[in-house]
This record gives sequence, C-alpha cells and structure tokens, in this order.
Amino acid sequence: MVDVTEATDERFARSFDDLRSDRPFGSRVEPVTGPVSDWATDFSHMEEEWAQDCYRIQDELRERCPIAHTDRFGGAWLPVRHDDVAEIAYDTEHFSSRSPVVGNFRPPLDIAPVGGIPPISSDPPFHHDARKLLLPAFTRTAVAKLEPATREFCHKLIDDIGDVDVVDAATHYAQHIPMRVIAEMLGFPAEDGPKFRQYVEDTLEGINLPPEERLEKVGKLFDYLLVQIRAHLAEPANDLTTYLLEAEIYGEKLDPFHVAGTMSLMLVAGIDTTWSAIGASLWHLAKTPPDLERLVAEPLLLPTAMEEFLRAYAPVTMGRLVTQDMTWHGVDMKAEDWILLSFPAANRDPAKFERADEVVIDREVNKHAAFGLGIHRCVGSHLARMELRVALEVWLERFPQFTLEDAEAVHWSTGQVRGPRTLPLRVR
Amino acid sequence: MRVRIDHDKCQGHGRCYTLAPALFGEDDEGTGQVIGSGDVPDDQVAAAHLAEANCPESAVIIEAVQ
Repeated sequence: MVDVTEATDERFARSFDDLRSDRPFGSRVEPVTGPVSDWATDFSHMEEEWAQDCYRIQDELRERCPIAHTDRFGGAWLPVRHDDVAEIAYDTEHFSSRSPVVGNFRPPLDIAPVGGIPPISSDPPFHHDARKLLLPAFTRTAVAKLEPATREFCHKLIDDIGDVDVVDAATHYAQHIPMRVIAEMLGFPAEDGPKFRQYVEDTLEGINLPPEERLEKVGKLFDYLLVQIRAHLAEPANDLTTYLLEAEIYGEKLDPFHVAGTMSLMLVAGIDTTWSAIGASLWHLAKTPPDLERLVAEPLLLPTAMEEFLRAYAPVTMGRLVTQDMTWHGVDMKAEDWILLSFPAANRDPAKFERADEVVIDREVNKHAAFGLGIHRCVGSHLARMELRVALEVWLERFPQFTLEDAEAVHWSTGQVRGPRTLPLRVR
Repeated sequence: MRVRIDHDKCQGHGRCYTLAPALFGEDDEGTGQVIGSGDVPDDQVAAAHLAEANCPESAVIIEAVQ
C-alpha cells in the first residue's frame, strides 16, 4: 500500500468515500424480487428464469408485446425489436446514458452529462471528448500488440489445466483471459485478477442487494483503485492508469471521479463481457459437434463463425434513462423510467436477420449489434474480438475434440452481461 | 464500382477494414477510412460487398460509377 503522503497529486489526497460525501446521493427504490408473473408486464433480468433462457422470453415478447414493461426497479421498459433498440441507441436526447446499469438506484440528475463511469455513462457533448481520450489505446492496431502475450497466456492456462478429463472452461480458462489483459493495460498487479472478478460481480450482479451492502461493495472497488492510482502517481508507467492521470479535457486534468470511474469501467466492462463471449462460444461448440468439426477442419472460418457467436449469444444489454414524459411507439414512458436496451434481442429479430434463431457459422451478412450501435459503440470491441479469436484458436488447437460434460450443470449469469459462469467440458 | 463511408454513421466498429483491408483502413481513433479513390478493382468486388453487408451502422456505401 502506498502512503497518502507519497501522493503528489492533490486530486487523490482524500478517499473516494470522503469525496463522495460532498455529492448528492441519488434516489432508491425498494428491490422487488421473486418469480415473474408475466414477462410483458413484470419482467426482471435478475431472475433465474431469465438467466436460463432469455432468448425464448424475448422471442415470445416480440410476437405479442414488442415493448414490455415492469414496475420493478422503479419502472422499466424492454423493447425487443431490432429497429426499436437501434432507434433508442441513436436517440441520446430522449434516452440518457446517465446510468447504464438498470437497478434500484438512480444517480442524481446533475451527474449528467459525465455520469459515474465515463464515457459509457456520459451524454453528448461531453461524451465525445471523454471517449476521444480512450479511442487511440483501443484501435485494432493498438490491441494487436497485445496478441502475442495473450496467446502465450492462453497456452499457459491450458498447460495449468493439466491432464484432467473434465474442466470448467468458464472458471479455469475463459475468465482469466480478459482479467489478465485488462490488468496489463491498466498496469495493475497480475495476481489481483481474482479481486477484479469480485468487484465485477458486486457491480453487475449485486443490484438487488440492500443499499448499504451495495455501497460498501462499490466502496471497496474505489478503495482498490485509489491504491493503484497513488502507486502510479509515485511511479508513473506506460499504461492506461498513468495515461488517465495525465490526460486533460478542456485544458484541465480530469476530475478524480472521472479517472477512477473510467478505470472501474474498464475493469467492469472489460472482464465479464469477454469472459461471457468466450464461454458462450465454447458452450455452443461443445454441444454442436458438426460446427466444432468444421471449425477444426477450416480454421480460416473462425473469424466469420466468431461474429455469428457474437450475434447469437451477444453478452451485453445496456441501460438508458428516459429524459422526459412521452408517448413512444404507443407506450407512455415517464421521465426516469429505465430502458433495458437488449442488443441480444435485437440480434435475434427475424425482421432483421434470416434464420435469426439459428447459429449459422458461415453467415455472410451479419450486421449484428453485439457491441452496441451509435455513439456508445463498445470502445473495447477490437480488444474483445482479439481476445475472443485468440482464446478460441488456442482452445481448438489444444482441444480439437470436446463435449459438454453435463448440460444441466451449465449455469448462466443473471443481469446485463450474459454468459456461462460454470461450463464443465470433457476434453479427453 | 466505388465505395465510400458515411462518416455521420461510422462509429469505428472496424468491420470494413477487417473484411476488405485493400479498400478500407483505420485512422488513429479506429474510424474507418476509404483508401485512395474508393474505386473497387474487379478482384475486390466480393470484399466490398462483404464490408457493406457487415457494417452494423450501415455506414459502408457502394456506388455504381459511370
């Protein structure tokens, strides 16, 4: 731990808890949990039924009620048609990104246009400038430099799996790849990976916890970030943490919450998402022998197949907040209603995709929205694609034959990032 | 045949410069850019169609040239 007195930057002299006490708090509603009575009027992405098969639920909604509603979370809407999802993603005037995680807590209005975790939580015009800071580090060319180390790490993970017949590919393989890559980019100790996993789970899956408990968990993440920030102030490095500490916007260094918020975004958005994409792809191949055989025989097809996995098993659903009372496509939306912006639902709309409910690994026309649409296109999409491709290439090279050991034991996450959290595969 | 990018729509998904690297490149922020005039030689026609068919923002445009 670096002592406070070593910090040379007064932005980070106080703890985030202390700084936060100066800010308005936001509003909370009482969590509503338990089985859903009707998915059109009472949906919840936090229930086990959703985790088990959200595709069926969204496909059925598309037939009978393309914009579902729930009173949970203080009021939320779920559009499931591609064109509705796209229209909302493009309309930053009526749909704010102030808080991208749909839950029981709404941050105060005046946190906009920056939001808690810029730029994903930012609205125009600030969004553009905050995003611009990050783009050069995440271009395809920039992330290609990380590919050799990523490939080596994937091989090491498989070496460490050893001579077993059955392996949990979610917890022993997929999870570790993005944790390692993002730790490297931020300049955090590689052995802290398991901590990141906990922070991510607390942030994304803990939304129905009591407020004190949730606040305490988020506090832990920011305490950890402050330790890393102070270590980087004492010893600057060629990494994203030092870059953010030195970056300027409108001629001034970034607000301390902007620095820590962006760092937490990279941890939270960079880990579960890619982990989920790798896991879901392996799950598909394990239960679909013809696709596995074809990819092993035709490795050049992998980039195309990978896009299809991203379409069919898109991990990420985003959140928006309605900015004003309005009638939108026939429903009466109120200011501060949530929108659960389901890119997975958009990607399975038969009005947009032929054979939308099938996984077609040589699909040539594929305008999928797995990385979002509009100004919030995932800033890490090139990184995620590199990690997913390398993770699958190495796995297929080392385990050209594998099957699902126990379909019943596969466990999918609830919440806005969907992927298998337990994935027992027979590899020998 | 000629390709161009609608820069009001392009968000840097990078499908064009991945699928048709002879026709498109990336700038420092990952935004797609047409290489040269955008004229599509015969051996790049399939790649041009692939780029158009996979841009999530429909920002890749193919135009006929007289």
